[in-house]
Amino acid sequence: MTATLTRRDFLQGASAAVATALVVGYSPRGTLAAAPNGDGSLTPFVKIGADGQIAVIVKHFEMGQGTTTGLPTLVAEELGVELDEVAVEFAPSDAKLYANLFFGGFQGTGGSTALANSFMQYRNAGAAAREMLLNAAAQAWNVDPSTLDLSNGMISGAGRQAPIAEFVSVASTMEVPAEPQLKSPDTFRLIGNPNTSRRDNEPKITGTAQFAMDVQLPDQLVAVIKRSPRFGGMVASLDSSEASAVPGFVDAVTLPAGNGVVVYAEDTWGALQAREAIAVEWDFALAENRSSDELDSALLAAVNAPPDFVAKEGPGLEETSRLIDNAAQTVEAEFYLPWLCHAPMEPLTCTIEPTADGVRLHDGCQFTTGSHQALAAVLELPMENIEINTVYAGGSFGRRATMSADYTVEAAIAFALSGRSRPVKLVWSREDDLSGGAYRSAFAHKVRVGLDADGRMIAWDHRIAGKPIFKGTLFEQAFVHNGVDHSSVEGVADTLYGIPGQFVGLTDFNSAITVNWWRSVGHSHTAYVMESVMDMAAKASGRDPVAWRLDHLSEGSKDQQRLAGVLRLAAEKSGWDRPPAPGRSRGVAAHKSFSTYAAQVVEISRDASDSVKIEKVTCAVDCGMAVNPDIVKAQIEGGIGYGIGHVMRNEITFENGSVIQSNFPNYQPLRISDIGAIEVHIVDSRESPTGIGEPGLPPSGPALANAIAVDGPRVTRLPMAANGVRFA
Amino acid sequence: MLLKLNVNGQQIEVEAAEGMPLLWVLRDKLKLTGTKYGCGVASCGACTVHVDGVPVRSCVMSPQNLADAEITTIEGLSSRPGRAVQQAWAEHNVVQCGYCQSGQIMSAAGLLAANSSPDVSEIETHMSGNVCRCATYQRIRSAVARAAEILKEESQ
Ligand code: FES
Ligand code: FES
Repeated sequence: MTATLTRRDFLQGASAAVATALVVGYSPRGTLAAAPNGDGSLTPFVKIGADGQIAVIVKHFEMGQGTTTGLPTLVAEELGVELDEVAVEFAPSDAKLYANLFFGGFQGTGGSTALANSFMQYRNAGAAAREMLLNAAAQAWNVDPSTLDLSNGMISGAGRQAPIAEFVSVASTMEVPAEPQLKSPDTFRLIGNPNTSRRDNEPKITGTAQFAMDVQLPDQLVAVIKRSPRFGGMVASLDSSEASAVPGFVDAVTLPAGNGVVVYAEDTWGALQAREAIAVEWDFALAENRSSDELDSALLAAVNAPPDFVAKEGPGLEETSRLIDNAAQTVEAEFYLPWLCHAPMEPLTCTIEPTADGVRLHDGCQFTTGSHQALAAVLELPMENIEINTVYAGGSFGRRATMSADYTVEAAIAFALSGRSRPVKLVWSREDDLSGGAYRSAFAHKVRVGLDADGRMIAWDHRIAGKPIFKGTLFEQAFVHNGVDHSSVEGVADTLYGIPGQFVGLTDFNSAITVNWWRSVGHSHTAYVMESVMDMAAKASGRDPVAWRLDHLSEGSKDQQRLAGVLRLAAEKSGWDRPPAPGRSRGVAAHKSFSTYAAQVVEISRDASDSVKIEKVTCAVDCGMAVNPDIVKAQIEGGIGYGIGHVMRNEITFENGSVIQSNFPNYQPLRISDIGAIEVHIVDSRESPTGIGEPGLPPSGPALANAIAVDGPRVTRLPMAANGVRFA
Repeated sequence: MLLKLNVNGQQIEVEAAEGMPLLWVLRDKLKLTGTKYGCGVASCGACTVHVDGVPVRSCVMSPQNLADAEITTIEGLSSRPGRAVQQAWAEHNVVQCGYCQSGQIMSAAGLLAANSSPDVSEIETHMSGNVCRCATYQRIRSAVARAAEILKEESQ
């Protein structure tokens, strides 16, 4: 999923965009209003109102990753205005204008691409807007545009000065310049400035930020769905007579596919109470009925059987085994990484509102085009009769983007079944969220490494089993080759370490339990295994874990150099060369994901009762140019916390197919007292920006495991707290 | 049933089903959506409001018999500690998705109202009932300490 935006792509896109755009301008009140073409839209990404108010149209939703700050930063930098002078608007659904440039013609956010794919596009938009305004002023004043300058909302030069507002209407009729002049990076004021404030601070601090859960339309119905307690179960019978007594209850209807019952009420509490009151009998004939012990043994059996698919041939299955069997020393381990739920802070929800000729979706919409298409299909409406109003999303970690547009489809069905006359807000409770699937699949890995008499690696046999994400979906062609779902093996088959004789085999695990990408996707399990085994191999060969890794990053590729670079930096900043204080130990891990390189050192302490406390995490990251260094740090801090929290305590388990975890008390999230200081060091770089939402996560778990293994057990089964590690 | 409440300094009468927790009265009936639903079982703190200045979990609080109490939500937070917390939150760029932050701020403001210079372990103990899935904890720790500093500066 990579593509490079050329200036030509941008310019063609932008000119086409201006010609075909639904032009939207600012009314004097500063609210959005439709306006005739030529009023304020300088490019699809920048609008300037008659009052001079600049708005940046942000094509990516905001789940906390900072797009509503990062994208406006790019425009403000090139346009020559301060960041707090620009207003921020979420883009409407229009894949022609607002596609993710790494996703083909699809508007959506994911894979840590938001800033990377927008970097040149938004800079160009800002630079183009600047030139158009300068040209308009030059025309009005009859001077050469090169004598004019734009700053602080004013155009000045040739002995004159005027606010940009005066030139907006002329500028917006101009052609988008073919080659807008971009600033040279050494003149950046905003890009790379560590002191920028987030644009979403104010609304989120005062409680005025509107999330999808906060949508309250006049006359709206609230819908909740009673889903089968086991994946794949079907409604056998429904009795809603008891629900009639619940205040606000409206109706309960079996979904057309038979996989649940939608319950309507006048408010959220009424809907939740009514759902408790209805009685449903389920048919579990086709359901996943196994308990965790059976599922786990099946998964472990799968990883121990000859692999179904070969992800990396190396010397071949048999030769690899032979090399390892005959090696002077072997390192061997079997890993189990559990099913995990995303559990974003805001449970899933969206609202569908009827409009004169179609509907409007209100959602913290992550896959805009996917949701748009899903609504069109379910409601049998033309695409142009559907609008999407994107609002803030209370986290996602991958959950709000599914290939099936799951909760959007549920909302559309609920809306259709309700008669389409009232807005319908679909709400998931936290219980729905934890038992609702779309999990990170459980994965098992089995690894055998052979070392020669001098402790050098000679072969690495790596087997993986788990439920693939992309197989059987629209994305299969792009991500599945020769049976190998790339997302199951990324981080292993493409490891940057120079590993001689590496074989990687994959076996798919089948279950009706639904799976999805989870923050950092395959890297969420592969980095844990790779970096644990690297440490075990370093120990077996008597090498320091940092030095051992550097040994295997010494072939000279740029990739290896950048990973080695962050590893050295993390080691240096954490004081790796000095022994830790008594009672403390450190572990290290390094991993590349989403084109970003991250290395971490976790330092832990143990108290008298052998309880582990995470004292400090030191991270070095190379994500190319850091547009907003403080947001980069925040994303890394968040990725580390999310990763470590799950590795410590979380797993989804099953009893006769039913999910045991019901809410936070038995899916205990990381809390403030669980983790000490996190220190993030960003490598100074002029490379193009790469992902930052996910790459902080992969090294965090194995770095903790490696710290624990110094004076304690090697944890090969997660979560740690359920497998012998006590946390303070 | 008819509820009588004092919310953010306003006397309010509102009709709500018997048994509906304060959280849903605030959100669905009064449209005060700054107070969030995260778990409904007093386990995440997203729904934290002040009742007579003390942080409580509104998702498990009955709105009955609160007629004489002062309920404050994030929309009405204007106490000195509250404003100091909001200022510190902005200075430290604490928020990410922001969904937990109303609750975090209400908890932190409650802490500082009771203890104007908490140490790290007091901050951690008090704030550990507030979950942040974005894991903004390190910034919350430093922003609470910064808010205490702001209060101190103001009172000098
Ligand atoms: S919603 Fe009240 S504590 Fe979670
Ligand atoms: S900021 Fe997202 S849950 Fe706290």
